[in-house]
Amino acid sequence: MNLNYVTITTLLFFAVRSAAVLLLAALGGIFSEQTGVVNIALEGMITFGSFAAVAVTILTNQPWLGVLAAILAGMLMAALHGILSIRFKANQVISGTAINILAVALSSFLMKSIFDQGGHLLLDKAPKVADWSIPFIRDLPWIGPILGTHSPGVYLAFVLTGVTHFVLFHTPLGLRMRAVGEHPHAADTVGINVYRIRYLGVLLSGALAGFAGSVLSIGIGTAFLENMAAGRGFIALAAVIFGKWTPLGTMAACLLFGVSEAIQVTSNLLGIGQYIPSSLMATFPYIITMLALAGFVGRTVGPAASGQPYEVDKR
Amino acid sequence: MPTERKKPEFWKMMKNFWQTTNWESNLKVPLAAIGFGLLVGGVFVLTIGKNPIDVYLAIWKAMFGSPRAFLDVIGQATPLVFTGLAVAFAFRTGMFNIGAEGQFTMGMLVAGIAGIKLHWLPGPVLMVVCLAAGTLAGGLWAAIPGWLKAKRGVHEVINSIMMNYIALYVTNTLVLSAWLRDPGYQATYEVPRKALIRNFMGTTANWGITLAVVAVIVVYFLLWRTKLGYEIRATGHNPHAAQYAGINVPKRLLGAFVVSGLLAGLGGAVQTLGVKRRVFQLFGFTGVGLDGIAVSLIGRNHPVGVALAALLYGTLYRASASIQLSTGVPKQVVGIIQACIIFFIAADEIVRYLLKRAARKGESA
Repeated sequence: MNLNYVTITTLLFFAVRSAAVLLLAALGGIFSEQTGVVNIALEGMITFGSFAAVAVTILTNQPWLGVLAAILAGMLMAALHGILSIRFKANQVISGTAINILAVALSSFLMKSIFDQGGHLLLDKAPKVADWSIPFIRDLPWIGPILGTHSPGVYLAFVLTGVTHFVLFHTPLGLRMRAVGEHPHAADTVGINVYRIRYLGVLLSGALAGFAGSVLSIGIGTAFLENMAAGRGFIALAAVIFGKWTPLGTMAACLLFGVSEAIQVTSNLLGIGQYIPSSLMATFPYIITMLALAGFVGRTVGPAASGQPYEVDKR
Repeated sequence: MPTERKKPEFWKMMKNFWQTTNWESNLKVPLAAIGFGLLVGGVFVLTIGKNPIDVYLAIWKAMFGSPRAFLDVIGQATPLVFTGLAVAFAFRTGMFNIGAEGQFTMGMLVAGIAGIKLHWLPGPVLMVVCLAAGTLAGGLWAAIPGWLKAKRGVHEVINSIMMNYIALYVTNTLVLSAWLRDPGYQATYEVPRKALIRNFMGTTANWGITLAVVAVIVVYFLLWRTKLGYEIRATGHNPHAAQYAGINVPKRLLGAFVVSGLLAGLGGAVQTLGVKRRVFQLFGFTGVGLDGIAVSLIGRNHPVGVALAALLYGTLYRASASIQLSTGVPKQVVGIIQACIIFFIAADEIVRYLLKRAARKGESA
């Protein structure tokens, strides 16, 4: 092991960055699940968002337009998921699986037809979203190298965690969302439009997951890769469960998964690389996710009506 | 003689199968979904200024273009029968085995390892050992999320997906290790020729297809003709009622999930021995396990339906290789068609609605 100021701060820098991407998608997962729609399609929304971000940035040379496009792309996939699972009462896990297939196929199809590229799409000369550097904080020892300079999306992820917490637990809208996820019939009886709230939850999840995709492709990186999401959508979903469907708990879970991803990324720097092959280190975040779900959580109870289509006449 | 008593049993089974099948929803809806999926795919082809008819012709030719083409479709379909059956079996208990991908991968890997490391065994024995090793590896890979579901109540979907990634990286670690790697290849050594499954005319089609057919029959028999199968299906219909009726639900869940993994693992072993001959480094998921989900859905979670759906997918696999060359349409159009078929199957209300509308239009015209 090679632990010193540089390696530890580098490790934690990567951990915060990885956690933020997961967190954005996971916040989306919270909105969706709290309103009663299981969202296994987060993975596809991240993928399509990260593609849209690169594509629009190349075409317009405006990275923030790319971010906007990613949010819209995520919402497009979410709308599809919503229509299928809310309006047509499809099995939500299957609908989500189809979206994950569609997102990869559609991204590659468009990449080939518009840019004549296969496998990956580089930003090339187009700019990525410029990093934010926070004055004063960036000069602090320890904290500076870890939190001082990041892609804007990383900071926004943590800000949005607070916003999500406030909306869900301190506003009438949040109460309605939780009511719809817990007992849609009761919510319907008191005059809440169950369908509208569920669409809102799913669309918000698409927007956040799409945004997470843009952070991957034009915030941190400078390219779109077909397997860019690499299971992050699913890990984000695990973080939601681990965090007991609350934003703050989910943030803690994302930080744990972020550290495990960072250990893998920095394994050479940490001096672990020579003992364990990098392809084996790559299993680390997934194993941690499973252990977290199995050991620390046990039987968690989510929103009662999550996963069930709402039918007005069914009591 | 037991064989003589089998015969009426078999016909009774066939008759039973024919009578208990709901042909209306089991045939009409999937076929319509396939039709709609192809149509939506065609719309995408139109948007990039190409002719969808060319794409449909390429898909047709992929299957019926030549006898070799047809054999190749069979070869592509063979592993999908196994993973499709795996997913369908788990679906019958109400569980979603999205982990067939990892179980299939482990089947490929462990069958390969057994073939290379036990090369001194005589041919037929080695082949059986390889198949058994791959099958067990798949079962073990499913047992972990199955156990976590049954005992700890952790949802099987996320754990299965994590197991898929772990299988992928474990495979790459071992394949590229000094223990297995053939210098000069991004792969392991070749499995000894004596243990390989013979193929037909040098295509991907191989005698593994007979194992696939046997698996179809065994799964049908197990599900609908045994007490175990009855309990499995009861658990899938309503776990609370099954529990009340005295069925050990957690045990059935775990059992069904392990059987599901065994099927996928066998599929992986057949793929190594019949087609690949060595285990290659993976640059991503093989897709065979993930497409098993679609195959199972299109086949309505029925073994016979799974076999037919696997043929469709085998055709689409082959077509995706030729579409880009012959029509200039990106091959990913096949992925779009596949996703759309699953959408229409998942939301079969859409299909029923569209069919009803079409019928009404036909009446009024």
